[in-house]
Amino acid sequence: MPKDFEAKTTGIGAPMKRREDIRFLTGRGVYTDDIKLAGQTYAVIVRSQVAHGRIKAIRTEAAAAMEGVLAIFTGEDFKDVGGNPAGWLIKSRNGEPMREPKRPVLAHGKVRHVGDAYAAVIAETYEQGRAAAQQLADDTDIEELPAIIDMKAAAADATNRVHDEIPDNLCYDWGWIEDNRAAVEEVFARAPHVTTLELVNNRLIPNAMEPRASIGEYFPGTGDYKLTTTSQNPHLTRLLVAAFVLGIPENKLTVVAPDVGGGFGSKIYHYGEEALVLAAAKRLGRPVRWTAERSESFLSDAHGRDHVTKIELACEKDGTFLAFRTETFANVGAYLSNFATVTPTFLHGTLMAGPYKVPHVYVNVKTVFTNTAPVDAYRGAGRPEATFSLERVVDQMCRELGLDAFEVRRKNFLTPDMFPYTTPVGLVYDTGNYQATLDKVIEMADVAGFESRRAASAAKGLLRGLGLSTWIEACGIAPSHLVGILGARVGLYDAATVRVNATGNISIMVGAHSHGQGHETVFAQVAADRLGVPESSIEIVHGDTSKIPFGMGSYGSRSLAVCGVAMTKAIDKIIAKGKKIAAHMLEASEADITFEAGKFAVAGTDKAKTFGEIAFSAYVPHNYPLETLEPGLEETAFYDPANFTYPAGAYLCEAEVDPETGKVTIEAFHCADDFGNVMNPMIVEGQVHGGVGQGIGQALLESTTYDETGQLLTGSYMDYAMPRASDVPFYNVDYSCQTPCTHNPLGVKGCGEAGAIGSPPAVVNAVIDALHRGGHTHIKHIDMPVSPQRVWAAING
Amino acid sequence: MQNFDFVKPASVAEAVAALGTSGAQALSGGQTLIGSMKQNLAAPAVLVSLTGIAALKGVSVSGGVMSIGAATPHAEVAKASGFPGLSSLAGGIGDPAVRARGTIGGSLANNDPAACYPSAVLACGATVVTNRREIAADDYFQGMFTTALEDGEIITAVRFPIPERAAYAKFEQPASRFSLTGVFVAKYGAKVRVAVTGASNDGVFRWTDGEDALQASYDPAAVKGLKVSPDGLIADLHGTPAYRANLVAVMTARAVAAS
Ligand SMILES: Cc1cc2nc3c(=O)[nH]c(=O)nc-3n(C[C@H](O)[C@H](O)[C@H](O)COP(=O)(O)OP(=O)(O)OC[C@H]3O[C@@H](n4cnc5c(N)ncnc54)[C@H](O)[C@@H]3O)c2cc1C
Repeated sequence: MPKDFEAKTTGIGAPMKRREDIRFLTGRGVYTDDIKLAGQTYAVIVRSQVAHGRIKAIRTEAAAAMEGVLAIFTGEDFKDVGGNPAGWLIKSRNGEPMREPKRPVLAHGKVRHVGDAYAAVIAETYEQGRAAAQQLADDTDIEELPAIIDMKAAAADATNRVHDEIPDNLCYDWGWIEDNRAAVEEVFARAPHVTTLELVNNRLIPNAMEPRASIGEYFPGTGDYKLTTTSQNPHLTRLLVAAFVLGIPENKLTVVAPDVGGGFGSKIYHYGEEALVLAAAKRLGRPVRWTAERSESFLSDAHGRDHVTKIELACEKDGTFLAFRTETFANVGAYLSNFATVTPTFLHGTLMAGPYKVPHVYVNVKTVFTNTAPVDAYRGAGRPEATFSLERVVDQMCRELGLDAFEVRRKNFLTPDMFPYTTPVGLVYDTGNYQATLDKVIEMADVAGFESRRAASAAKGLLRGLGLSTWIEACGIAPSHLVGILGARVGLYDAATVRVNATGNISIMVGAHSHGQGHETVFAQVAADRLGVPESSIEIVHGDTSKIPFGMGSYGSRSLAVCGVAMTKAIDKIIAKGKKIAAHMLEASEADITFEAGKFAVAGTDKAKTFGEIAFSAYVPHNYPLETLEPGLEETAFYDPANFTYPAGAYLCEAEVDPETGKVTIEAFHCADDFGNVMNPMIVEGQVHGGVGQGIGQALLESTTYDETGQLLTGSYMDYAMPRASDVPFYNVDYSCQTPCTHNPLGVKGCGEAGAIGSPPAVVNAVIDALHRGGHTHIKHIDMPVSPQRVWAAING
Repeated sequence: MQNFDFVKPASVAEAVAALGTSGAQALSGGQTLIGSMKQNLAAPAVLVSLTGIAALKGVSVSGGVMSIGAATPHAEVAKASGFPGLSSLAGGIGDPAVRARGTIGGSLANNDPAACYPSAVLACGATVVTNRREIAADDYFQGMFTTALEDGEIITAVRFPIPERAAYAKFEQPASRFSLTGVFVAKYGAKVRVAVTGASNDGVFRWTDGEDALQASYDPAAVKGLKVSPDGLIADLHGTPAYRANLVAVMTARAVAAS
């Protein structure tokens, strides 16, 4: 049901409407493809139709002679520039570094997945480019090689190789924590009960509403480049394309990510098309633009998930957890996308203790190359996979031992007095109260009334079930010292500049990038609250490397918890400087100046200066302590947190199964989340809705299917099932259980991925529960997506 | 998409003439054809729009027959009165945008094996009227994407004898939301016809075992337990032949219950 938000209308905690929605909803956003430039040309990419093949010849003459064709690029043109690197070095159990094949701008020598870009045409018009691209495809000889698709088979395949130099298609074989392996095995050997489940975490295609697009420009007068692109992460893209791939000095390249229509992870990464349009713009001396068609998005955006996992839970007969052990195969696709190696490892293995006081955990992940599109972080990235494995095996254990799923979780939860708590998989949870969110969700869902709802369903011939998931995640992806130890090749701080203009209004340049999240609203709220000025006087500027100091972009639910804190630190510097100016103007000592509600005052007096007066004085420094203080009012702060943040929560799904057709309907979905302090409840709620919607999509609908030759069978919306409004219920969302993050001054944790992390196991647990209550007790598990035919087959199998 | 010429005639005769030019193809709501052109699966040189021809549009009921002009969009059929079973079928096609443009003539000419209308046409024994002749439903559908239409022949209208009781029960394919298996049941006195779409490699078909059972007893229970052979049924990502066979009986029972 729609919620009555509290009456607060401004500042932290107010459910302010998103200021960006006006332009988005009225078609006045400016996305990359909306930008038209004089003299622009069009790039059309030629993509492999086969999953695996050796390029024998690309005969460019006929295409080059076609009307409007300006240039043709092939892998040959880029063979001497750098590859698109992996951002994270993972080491195998035996200490060897992961295998890192070069990821070229355009495939050279071999094509490695359907959709792999191996050539590009630049033409005066899009139609001319497309016609020439077709010609070029016809004039290319590719010797087809056997496709390597199934990841387990790939890892065992000694003869077929995705990369000729990688013998067993294995990127790495990672153990976490390897030194604990023997102890965990010991626990399993003597455990009173062991539950085992084999699970598939289905591959997902991100399907951002706006397809990827890039425009390259080159300015011969200065030698400067400009890349306008659909990025969640413009500074990282600048670093990668400039320093790693093309060898352009970073100061000669500006990257702009204007309005971006969704990313869900897929636009964190640098893609070859970005390097291509820059190189082509330089060669032609004209802007070069490229926008993916929807089919290209299906084939070439980084996909998500794609794990096959065996999880075991060792426990006492009363359900007390003793150990978790997993063996996972993770499909990384044909090349390493930028965060592909960390997603199945440190974003997954470190969460395998859940919110539980389990003493022993061991995680093994074998990451495998296949002839499929690259796989990388997708909303939740690793944590949904961990949560799914844990919450499914816990439910299964309860079923095997005849225990109550609520009580078993409660019994194993860490308790509030145990924080800070070091998990057996290397994280330090700072705070939490998992009992509180569980109690809350039980109340919200009217669990007590479930039996009568179930009976009502049964009267209609339908099976009703309840599914619980108590999840935790690590987000606010940051601490550089920590991620550095774990193999990151970048730091993960963030930055903001607060520029107070002479007239008192404020521009805030933030490193976080908003592509649908509503940062422009929330960051302005937080700043307004701290400065005591109206939100309307604040502009949030993001997505332009020439304007913002630096940034590591938005993903890992880090924007507010990392960049938002950088902003508040910069604001604190503004206030500190303002106090100095005020002290001078009010002829008081700096220590006596207070700042509250937008006023600098001398404590205990009515002498005060408004924020605007101080700003004016900073820029018109007639009465100003120039000997000791610089004029102007602009401050920058970088912030590198001490730890991750740990949102957690309890989700309950109530589902109905139609046993005749196998169709699952979500009747209710309840979320009790602990996000720490909440800056804007409406936006938090929206983030949960979106995340749960994606989780329901994964659980019930979305399947990425390659056939054995590597053709993508689900390459359009005719076969790739996206969740629609009719597939989801009215969500019941609560975030009143708050244990504020202990190490950032806002006390925020991050809410962007929670829904996608916590919901899939709740849905699947509800379906299995419904089936068992309906007497279909032979069903142990159904792989996602839990589609009608799978449910029906399970019932009748 | 390739470039093309576009003509919008005002009469059937002009349309037929225009379709005589080389590379010409009829365009109705474009909900199938434009998509195919975007994917370069179709590249007509001339599109002959039928939606400007007044004679091809509208719904009328007289003497127990509903006549629908070939260029009538689904949305209009959905709100017509006189044949609720058909209106509800039309109201369940695609989404509002598709229903606003897509037409019955286009749907029947295309004869997608998962389309909804063919089941109603076949179950009702409707008549497909063209610029040349009248074609009985039993002769019209000739397999997936194949019909009795000849080159240059255009559908002008479809005439449905309105059944005493009828309903369409559609089980949606999860991605496309076309029918994974859809069943139209139509009862005319003692006679019952059951037509199934979405399920068979041969396109829409009559489920005669179901018809016999319902003629004996017009009750969902009459078909519920009936076994349907999976032979010849479609196998794809969304359903095995066995799954579709189950759905034929289940959806027939549901159509009977809803009729
Ligand atoms: C997103 C989406 C969802 C859909 N969901 C469904 C669904 O659930 N159920 C369903 O049944 N359909 C569905 N459709 C298809 C829709 O019903 C189309 O309208 C229909 O298939 C074609 O009708 P049209 O008028 O758009 O024909 P067009 O696309 O204009 O034409 C289709 C073909 O028919 C020919 N043609 C058109 N009119 C005539 C005529 N009068 N005489 C001879 N030939 C003609 C054309 O030359 C062309 O070959 C969906 C379509 C989309 C895009």
